Amino acid sequence: MSLLRSLAGLLSALASVMIAGTALAADLQTLVNNLTTGSFGDRETAIGALAASGEAQAAPILEALGAGRLYVRKSDKTVVITKADGNQLALTDAVTGKPAGTATEGELDRVRVNNRLRGVIDAAVGSLTLMSPDPRVRREAADSLLKRPDPAALGALDTAIAAEKDTGVKAAFAEARAAVILASPEASKPQKLEALDVLQKRGDRDALGVLQAAVNNAADADVKQAATAAAASVRQTLAAWEAVQNVWYGISLGSVLLLAAIGLAITFGTMGVINMAHGEMVMLGAYTTFVVQEVIRTSAPHLFDASLLIALPLAFLVAGAVGIAIERGIIRFLYGRPLETLLATWGLSLVLQQAVRSIFGPTNREVGAPSWMSGAFKLGQIDITYGRLWIVVFALAVFALLILLLRKTPLGLYMRAVTQNRPMASAMGIRTPRVDALTFGLGSGIAGLAGVALSQIDNVSPNLGQGYIIDSFMVVVFGGVGNLFGTLVGALSLGIVNKFLEPYAGAVLGKILVLVFIILFIQRRPRGLFALKGRSVE
Amino acid sequence: MITRFLLQGMDRNLRLFVLLVLAVGIALPLLNQIMPPDSPFHVPSWMLQLIGKYLCYALLALAVDLVWGFCGILSLGHGAFFALGGYCMGMYLMRQIGSRGVYGNPVLPDFMVFLNYKELPWFWHGFDQFWFAAVMIVLVPSVLAFALGWFAFRSRVTGVYLSIITQAMTFALMLAFFRNDMGLGGNNGMTDFKDILGVPVQADGTRAALCFASALALAIGLVISAAIVGSRFGKALTAVRDAESRMRFLGYRVEGYKLFVFVLSAAMAGVAGAIYVPQVGIINPGEFSPANSIEAVIWVAVGGRGTLIGPVIGAFLVNWGKTWLTGALPEIWLFALGALFIAVTLFLPKGVVGLWAQLRARGGPARKARATA
Repeated sequence: MSLLRSLAGLLSALASVMIAGTALAADLQTLVNNLTTGSFGDRETAIGALAASGEAQAAPILEALGAGRLYVRKSDKTVVITKADGNQLALTDAVTGKPAGTATEGELDRVRVNNRLRGVIDAAVGSLTLMSPDPRVRREAADSLLKRPDPAALGALDTAIAAEKDTGVKAAFAEARAAVILASPEASKPQKLEALDVLQKRGDRDALGVLQAAVNNAADADVKQAATAAAASVRQTLAAWEAVQNVWYGISLGSVLLLAAIGLAITFGTMGVINMAHGEMVMLGAYTTFVVQEVIRTSAPHLFDASLLIALPLAFLVAGAVGIAIERGIIRFLYGRPLETLLATWGLSLVLQQAVRSIFGPTNREVGAPSWMSGAFKLGQIDITYGRLWIVVFALAVFALLILLLRKTPLGLYMRAVTQNRPMASAMGIRTPRVDALTFGLGSGIAGLAGVALSQIDNVSPNLGQGYIIDSFMVVVFGGVGNLFGTLVGALSLGIVNKFLEPYAGAVLGKILVLVFIILFIQRRPRGLFALKGRSVE
Repeated sequence: MITRFLLQGMDRNLRLFVLLVLAVGIALPLLNQIMPPDSPFHVPSWMLQLIGKYLCYALLALAVDLVWGFCGILSLGHGAFFALGGYCMGMYLMRQIGSRGVYGNPVLPDFMVFLNYKELPWFWHGFDQFWFAAVMIVLVPSVLAFALGWFAFRSRVTGVYLSIITQAMTFALMLAFFRNDMGLGGNNGMTDFKDILGVPVQADGTRAALCFASALALAIGLVISAAIVGSRFGKALTAVRDAESRMRFLGYRVEGYKLFVFVLSAAMAGVAGAIYVPQVGIINPGEFSPANSIEAVIWVAVGGRGTLIGPVIGAFLVNWGKTWLTGALPEIWLFALGALFIAVTLFLPKGVVGLWAQLRARGGPARKARATA
C-alpha cells in the first residue's frame, strides 16, 4: 500500500515535471538513472515511477532488473540490458532500446537488487502486463491474477479497468479484481459479497478455486456463508458443463461409430450380408491415407494440408473396388446362406490383414494431421479439438450425402427397391446382381472414407478394423437393420451412453455394460430400434 | 438300459471311430511310458501334449457342431465357454500351488499378493477342492449358456443376429477378464501351475494321463452326442434346424430344444477347456478373443458339419496345419487360414467328410437324382 501511495505521489510530481512531449526520452533517461542510484528505498520509488510511466521500454527494463541483467557501463555510465553472447555480453541501450555493442563483465557494473525489490519488481511487471497493448497478454495477466490473487495489484487493476476498452478483457479484469478483493484482508464486507457475486457468474474451475479459498479463509460468517453458497452454485454450473462436455465426447465417439457402421448398414441392411471384412475396408482407407501422405511428403510437401482431401476419393475408390471384387468373387455365390457368408468374409478379413501386414509391416504407421485439424478452441467451458469437430462434421456430411444418394438418384431408387422386395424389383427389370455389386461397393467405399477419418484418431495398424467391427455391428443391430436413420440414432446414443458410463464404471466396464445392454435390448426388440415393417421383413 | 440308449444312436462307422479315439488315447501314453526313450516306438512327451491339445480342440469342435450342425445355431462365442471351463480349472490349479508361489502366501495366489489383495475373493472359495472345481467346470458355462439362450431363444433371436450376440458376449467377457480388479489374474491370466490331484503337472506321467483323459472326454462326448442326435429328440432338433417355423406351428416348443442342446454344448466346451489348461500350462483372457471362437467354427466347417466325425477330423487337420505352418512359414498361416474359410464355404459345404461322400456319389445314381430334382 505504501508503494501505491508513493506511486500516486510520484505520478502527480511527474505530471508537473512533464512539460512537453520532447521531454519524454529525457524523462525515461532520468527514470532509468534513478533505478541505479540511491538507497534501496529510493530505488523502490524509482521502480514505481518507471512502471507508472507507461513507457514501452519499462517492461523489458524492469524484467532485466529483476533477472539481474541490468548493468551500467563504466566508461560512459549508460544503462544497458545484457544478454549472454559467448564469453561476451551483448548490450542493449536501456533507454533507446538499440544495440550498444558488446562488453565483458569487467567493463560493467551490475545494478543490484535485494529480495524486497524483486517482489516490488514482480508486482510492477504484473501490472505493466495489465496495461500491455496486446489484449491477449492483458487477458492472461488477468487470469494469472485470478489464480494467484495479490492484494497489492488492486490499484494497478483499478487503473487498468478504467483504461480498458475491450469488454471481454474488462470482464476478465473485473473477475480478477473480485478475486483480489476476496484475498485482501482489508476489503469491506459488501465489497467481498459483491466480489463473490462476480465470481459466481464466472462459474468455471478457476473461480471455484478462488471461492473455495474464500470459504476457507473468510473471517466473517456472512461472507463464509455466501462463499459456500457461491461455490455450490459454481459446482452445479461445472457439473452441467461437464454433462455438456460428456455429450460432446459422446457425439464425437458416436460420429466415429457412425462412420464405421454406416457402410455396414448399407450392406447388411440392403443385402442381408454379414460382411466381417468391413473393418478391413476401414483399414484399407486408413492405409490409403498413409500412402497418399507418404507420396506428398516426398514429392510435394506444400500439398500436405490437402492430403486428407486427396485421400478421400482415393480411399473411396480403393475400398469400393475391393468391395466390388469381394462381392463378385465370393459373396454372390453365397446369397441366402448368411452364416456361410459370415465365415467366408471373416476368412477374407484375415487374408486382408495379413496382406497389409506383409506389405506395410506389423507396426503402427504414422499419419499426420494437417494444420487445419490440429488445435482446439473453447466453447463456453468445454474444450473442442478441431480434429474431433471435423470428424463429426464429416460423419454427418457422409450421412447426408448417402441419404441424398438413396433418395434422389436412380441408383438409390434401385437399391431401395431391391431392399424392399428383391423378386419384384427383379421382375420390374432392375438388374439386381448389378445393384448388389454397386451397393456392396458403395458400402465398402464409405468404410474407406471412414478409414481416412479414423487414421486421424486411431493407430493405423493392420488390426485397425478389428477394433470397430463388433461395435459397428452393435450399432447397426441396435438401430435397426435397413434403416439409416436408425444407424444414426444408434451410433450417437451408444456413443453418448458409453461416455456417460465411463466416469462411473471406467472405460472397459462401461463398454461391457453397453454390450450387455445391447444383448438385452435385442431380446426385447430383435429387429432393432427402428425395424422395417411389412412383407419385406420376412 | 442307459447303455442301450447310448449305443442305439451310433452307426458302425461312429463306433469304430470312438474306438479309434480311445485306442489313440491309450496307445500313445502307453508307448510314451513303457518304451525306452531311444526306441523307435517311443512317443515323445511334446507329442503327447500336442495330441492332448488337439483332442481338447476336437471336443470343442464337437460342441460347436452339436449346436451349429444339428440345430442351426451358429455360435461365435463357444470359445467363451471353453475359456470359462479353463478358468475354473485354472483356479483349482492356482489354489494347489499353496505356499510354493513366488511370494509364498499359503492362501492367496501370487497375482493377488501382487495386487494387494488382503483376502480371497468370495468366488475363489471352494476351488481348493477338485470336486468343487469339477462341478463348476460344467456349471459355469452351462449357467451362462442357459441365461443367454433363455433370453435369446425365447425372443426368437436367430441366424446372424444370434451369431453376433454370442460374439459380443465373448468380446465383453474378454474385456472383463482383462481387468485386474476382476480378481482372475488380469491380462496375465493364470500360469505357473504345480500340482493337479496331488501329482506334478509337468511330469511325463501326468501328461500321459491328461492325454488319455482328453481322449476319454472326447469319446464320451461323441457317445453322448450320438445318443442325442440319434434319438427322437435329435430328429426334432434337426427339424428345428431345417424348418424352425414349421416345427413351431406343429406344436413343438422350439426354444426348449434349442436351449437344451445349447447348454449341453456349452458344458462340453467347458470340459474341453478344463482339460486343455493343465496341458498348455496357462489360461489368459486371450482365450476369449472372438477370433478363437470363429476358428473353432472353421474346424467344424472343414471337417463337415452335421456329422459327428467331421468336427474331430477338422480340428485335427486345421490344427495340425497350424502347428506345421506357424513353425515353417509363419507369414503364410493367416493367408492359409483365411483362404481355408473362403474355400470351404465356397467349395466344400459338407466338409472333408462330405467330400468323400460327394466323390463316391459322383457319376452314380445320386447325380441323376440331383439333375432331375
